[in-house]
Amino acid sequence: MNKISIIIKREFLSRVRKKSFLLLTVLGPILFAAVTLAPAAMMLIPDDERVIIVLDKPGVLNMWDGTDDVVLKYANPKTYTLDDIKEMVMEDDRFHAALHIPTGEGWDPDYIAKNVVFFSRGDVSVNAASVIKDKLQQELTNQKLNALGVDPELISGAKTTVSFRTIDISKEEEMETTVGPKMAVGFVGGFVIYFFIFIYGGMVMRSVIEEKTNRIVEVIISSVKPFQLLMGKIIGVALVGLTQLGIWVVLTTAIVTAVSYLVFGQMMDTEAIAAGQVPDSEMSSILISGLDAAQLINFPLIIACFIFYFIAGYLLYGSFMAAVGSAVDAEADAQQFVLPVSIPLIIAIIVMMNILTNPDNILLTWMSIIPLTSPIIMMARLPFGVPVWELLLSMSLLIIFVVLSIWMAGKIYRTGILMYGKKPTFKELFKWLFYRG
Amino acid sequence: MLAIECQGVYKQYGDKQVLNDINLEIPAGKIFGLLGPNGAGKTTLIRIINQITAPDKGQVYFFGEKLQRHHIAKVGYLPEERGLYRKMKVGEQALYLARLKGMEAAVAKKRLKYWFDRFDISDWWDKEVQALSKGMAQKVQFIVTVLHQPDLLIFDEPFSGFDPVNANLIRDEILELNKAGTTIVFSTHRMESVEQLCENIALIHESKLMVQSSLRALKDQYRSNLWEVEWQGSDLPTSFPTGITLDHASPTGEAQLLTFQADDTAPIPDLLSSLMAVGNVYAMREKLPSLQDIFIERVTTKTSVNE
Repeated sequence: MNKISIIIKREFLSRVRKKSFLLLTVLGPILFAAVTLAPAAMMLIPDDERVIIVLDKPGVLNMWDGTDDVVLKYANPKTYTLDDIKEMVMEDDRFHAALHIPTGEGWDPDYIAKNVVFFSRGDVSVNAASVIKDKLQQELTNQKLNALGVDPELISGAKTTVSFRTIDISKEEEMETTVGPKMAVGFVGGFVIYFFIFIYGGMVMRSVIEEKTNRIVEVIISSVKPFQLLMGKIIGVALVGLTQLGIWVVLTTAIVTAVSYLVFGQMMDTEAIAAGQVPDSEMSSILISGLDAAQLINFPLIIACFIFYFIAGYLLYGSFMAAVGSAVDAEADAQQFVLPVSIPLIIAIIVMMNILTNPDNILLTWMSIIPLTSPIIMMARLPFGVPVWELLLSMSLLIIFVVLSIWMAGKIYRTGILMYGKKPTFKELFKWLFYRG
Repeated sequence: MLAIECQGVYKQYGDKQVLNDINLEIPAGKIFGLLGPNGAGKTTLIRIINQITAPDKGQVYFFGEKLQRHHIAKVGYLPEERGLYRKMKVGEQALYLARLKGMEAAVAKKRLKYWFDRFDISDWWDKEVQALSKGMAQKVQFIVTVLHQPDLLIFDEPFSGFDPVNANLIRDEILELNKAGTTIVFSTHRMESVEQLCENIALIHESKLMVQSSLRALKDQYRSNLWEVEWQGSDLPTSFPTGITLDHASPTGEAQLLTFQADDTAPIPDLLSSLMAVGNVYAMREKLPSLQDIFIERVTTKTSVNE
């Protein structure tokens, strides 16, 4: 036991002290924070003002000024031709594009709608194009309605927006279903486990290969049992991963909180004060519904399960990867064995995407119970609520598989680390399981 | 006292029988040569003694006790495939390996300092292993092998890959340790490299123990009563003592190398005096077969020997 702790300590310290670890640990949260905050930050950055010259012969736009960032300037159709305004766009940087609205015969709105042309220097701003398109559609529709003798006010008054709440009546209390936040929580859990298994499983494998190619492994196993070395390595690397994850969670939370308080927090406050109330914008209603949903998700259960599946999933795949590493002489040779091992993981991550459409799907249910895919699929399903028996079955099966895979890895590892030269076949690996100590 | 005693040890990997009924005795305090060609099973036997692997059948005794886990702290093993972590600092790594052998950190540090000074590599304590020359890395490996003052030291192919200066240095250190009472086992396929050092040897061939004996007794057994004399003179005596015939004479520069075939009872001193009477004798020795010769003879005449 004491020897395992010496090995764990070395495996842990030798990685944590590396510059690349420090770099990744510090850069990670900054990156996460950037990804989290970027969309919100984008909304705050004002678009450049785009000035568009309009040659509106039929007068469809009624000299509309445009919006804050798309400004329309009208050229007098009597003095300017289409070529004139095209030339102005080409020669004057202040103009972003030219819009030509033709009259056609009898000023037919359908003809006009089909023949509007937007001339721009370089790529046209998507925002500007859509603003103008919407305005034109609205104005032409109104014209047509007027021609038919219908008051446009009547139509807009008759427009109805449907918004419905979905309520899950299967629970004791009727609960409002909240697919979005549940999905987010499930996906984050599933993805983190997926990446952790790949990154740190790979680390275990490379470390085993390194000891083999350095030829130090026989020196070590004349002092400790191969199984002790294997477990020391797997646990040591796991601690590195947990440390990194822990630092990431803390730092990311700190950065996001700090930045959102400093930047967004103040803005919201001033806005709220100006409006004299909490702004009833779309954003804030999403936020509030998200917070409501968060209260409906059983977070203590999810965090407990996350830690369980995180560790068990890593042990399952990490021991596989250690066995693979022990069987080969170089990382390049490992591919042949790594691929079959990682296929269940890749399938799991693809299937996870479908949980949104149907979290109670029978295939998903089984994949969340079968050990090779369960760490990821169960994490994704959990926020939607999983029957207790399914969760217990999934966990027990996973524990059995973890024990089995560690046992298998120990057998293969013990034989593999002393084999040099020839790359073994799957058949040989299978035979190694039954070699006597 | 026996350092190691193997009784009926068998080991099989898949369909391949690697060790077949090995009964081996390694006397305590001596230097022992475990010899045989590559693939004979030497390394597997050593790994069994080191408890890296276990025999399928049979028993191993360590200084009279049945081999147990705690015995590994009393064995020092330098494997044929030996190396170090390239990216770890030299001192830290030596300390790590010593602690895995069960040494206290403080004791290990003190002894490491002694050995690092002795081998003049103290300046390298804080350097990464990959900065070390091959010779220096070998010194570090040797230090780590002997640091915990084991009762039994096993070297697998000890001198392969060593430069001559280091090989001599390490050999002298090993002899020193042996003088202090440590049992030494050399395992090698290059028999001539340890012939001078070993008191006892065992020959392993195709997973079987072929010969086990003291080197002296083995050579006596295989002596062919050939004598070599370096002699210089104008004419050889016309006759030699009874039972001695001249096998052949070959010129070696000024002096001649004469080879005589003698009977078991032939008076060798008489041969010497008869040669000295007619010329100068520079050297005279019995021509003993080399281990290599004995081994080849044993292997090729295996069928005719009653085994």
